[in-house]
Amino acid sequence: MNVLVLAEHEQGTLASATLSAVTAARALGGDVVMLVLSAPGDAIAQAAAAVPGIARVLHAEAPWFAQPTAENVAATALDAIARGQYSHVVAAATSFGKNAMPRIAAKLDAAQVSDITAINAPDTFVRPIYAGNAFATVRSSDPIKVVTVRATAFDPAGASGGQASIDTIAAAPEVPAAKVVGQARTKSARPELTSARVVISGGRGLGSGENFKLLEALADKLNAAIGASRAAVDAGYVPNDYQVGQTGKIVAPDLYVAIGISGAIQHLAGMKDSKVIVAINKDPEAPIFQIADYGLVGDLFEVVPALTAELDR
Amino acid sequence: MKVLVCVKRVIDFNVKVRVRSDGSGVETSNVKMSMNPFDEIAVEEAVRLRERGIASEIVAVSCGTAACQETLRAALALGADRAVLVETDTALEPLAVAKLVAALVRQEAPQLVILGKQAIDDDANQTGQMLAALLDWPQATFASKLQIADGKADVTREVDGGLETVEVTLPAVVTTDLRLNEPRYATLPNIMKAKKKPMQTLSAQSLGVDVTPHVTLIRVDEPAGRKGGGRVADVKELVAKLRNEAKVLPPA
Ligand SMILES: Cc1cc2nc3c(=O)[nH]c(=O)nc-3n(C[C@H](O)[C@H](O)[C@H](O)COP(=O)(O)OP(=O)(O)OC[C@H]3O[C@@H](n4cnc5c(N)ncnc54)[C@H](O)[C@@H]3O)c2cc1C
Ligand SMILES: Nc1ncnc2c1ncn2[C@@H]1O[C@H](COP(=O)(O)O)[C@@H](O)[C@H]1O
Repeated sequence: MNVLVLAEHEQGTLASATLSAVTAARALGGDVVMLVLSAPGDAIAQAAAAVPGIARVLHAEAPWFAQPTAENVAATALDAIARGQYSHVVAAATSFGKNAMPRIAAKLDAAQVSDITAINAPDTFVRPIYAGNAFATVRSSDPIKVVTVRATAFDPAGASGGQASIDTIAAAPEVPAAKVVGQARTKSARPELTSARVVISGGRGLGSGENFKLLEALADKLNAAIGASRAAVDAGYVPNDYQVGQTGKIVAPDLYVAIGISGAIQHLAGMKDSKVIVAINKDPEAPIFQIADYGLVGDLFEVVPALTAELDR
Repeated sequence: MKVLVCVKRVIDFNVKVRVRSDGSGVETSNVKMSMNPFDEIAVEEAVRLRERGIASEIVAVSCGTAACQETLRAALALGADRAVLVETDTALEPLAVAKLVAALVRQEAPQLVILGKQAIDDDANQTGQMLAALLDWPQATFASKLQIADGKADVTREVDGGLETVEVTLPAVVTTDLRLNEPRYATLPNIMKAKKKPMQTLSAQSLGVDVTPHVTLIRVDEPAGRKGGGRVADVKELVAKLRNEAKVLPPA
């Protein structure tokens, strides 16, 4: 029996979260087969074949995979699953994986296990529930287990050195009922939020989008990604993809700096596995201080510029 | 057009959830229960569609024990026209809910089903996608904007890289994200009116659905605690500690 990993990629590069899913897949036993869906002419299958620990790459090309819908991804994945011998289907719990995997699971009559943080046995997984306030250990009885993986809980596999074979497979016919008709990607020269080693996050305390410039100056010094609380996103200070938390992105950098964020459980759910947490808040009672390694009580409009300056010394 | 909205009864988002000492689950007795916040957004969106003349009828659905009637009453108070409780005492996993709702959709024939993107208890983020798959309908998940015209829905979705717009042909499944709308509060007159709105109860068996769980809960544990609470007096001390103690910044 083999493990099928559904790959996510952009501009010829596998998502770092997919490399974490590979690490999880390797802990399940059997050969790891990676399913790569791409637009024609994309060199991504070669990149997938170079991941150590992958036995085989299945590559399907179709124009509509340039902007993959869950419908099209599931259709081709289900074809591939039907033609192989799989014990598990695995993907990262990113917006791509969350969108497509339950569609695959339902068609397999499998109860997906979402967002796993540990594998106790090939059928037994640990996953956070209630915004990470509890961890459930669950056992799946499905013949094909469908699992999404929390990327921060598994170190990413390497991206080079492997020599998997590449099998070209046919894409399933296009599902016309859903089409991607527009994209507004947030442009940033910064490291990607979920894999950055340093994250600087701002909350409602910033007061405006304009004031996030203060965080940018600090982030520049630390080669950091910028994140935000839900309140900052809801207020329109920063785009939606900055949101860290239970219902946003999960991050676990070496250093997380929470600035003007109170520390609601929904926010903590997305960052409390960071190695070192710094909190800057003018309210000494703010709950964020309870989980911060280094809490600094003060007005962020004074503290942040001073901190940025201090880093030059 | 008929719209079906799924509402789940969950522990209120403000409650600090406690794990039972015997590891069997989390404490649910004497705990405030509410409608899943994403489902409030789903109901609100359906009500706005009716206010815009697009939806003609809104049916709220909840699957679970008789206590879910309270959640359905809340949906009626927010503006749903009638409610259906699919009653069962079995703990339901998202796949089972999707099957129950799919069976109901086959009876009710709505053009649109709106669900939350995620229930804040199981944090599964599955049910809407599974429902769409079982019905062979298109899906638009994590919606922050919804426009309906000419038998199609144009949906802006919140994705990891920013925003994406999909066009889905109706009938379709939409799941809500936080920024889709800001739900209204139920007014007292509407809460009173909701008491008179129709609520139907169906058993899971009557829908011909096997809800036997595929996944067994073995144990629930507390998260590993984090030792926080450390303080620094000023920026100088902070930077020194990050460099020399935590060693997450290079030495000066
Ligand atoms: C279903 C649901 C899902 C949610 N998902 C998420 C999620 O994924 N992520 C998330 O973050 N939240 C989420 N939330 C929201 C969460 O409950 C909180 O409302 C939110 O995190 C608060 O954001 P905040 O800390 O920026 O704002 P606030 O709680 O308003 O805190 C602002 C902080 O800034 C401080 N401050 C103000 N001015 C200054 C100053 N000049 N200097 C220093 N400090 C200052 C204040 O003391 C305060 O502590 C969710 C809520 C629900 C119901
Ligand atoms: N028992 C239930 N009854 C009604 N709706 C549900 C139920 N469980 C899940 N849902 C819907 O499915 C959404 C996603 O839930 P989940 O897949 O469990 O994260 C919720 O926001 C609800 O809209």
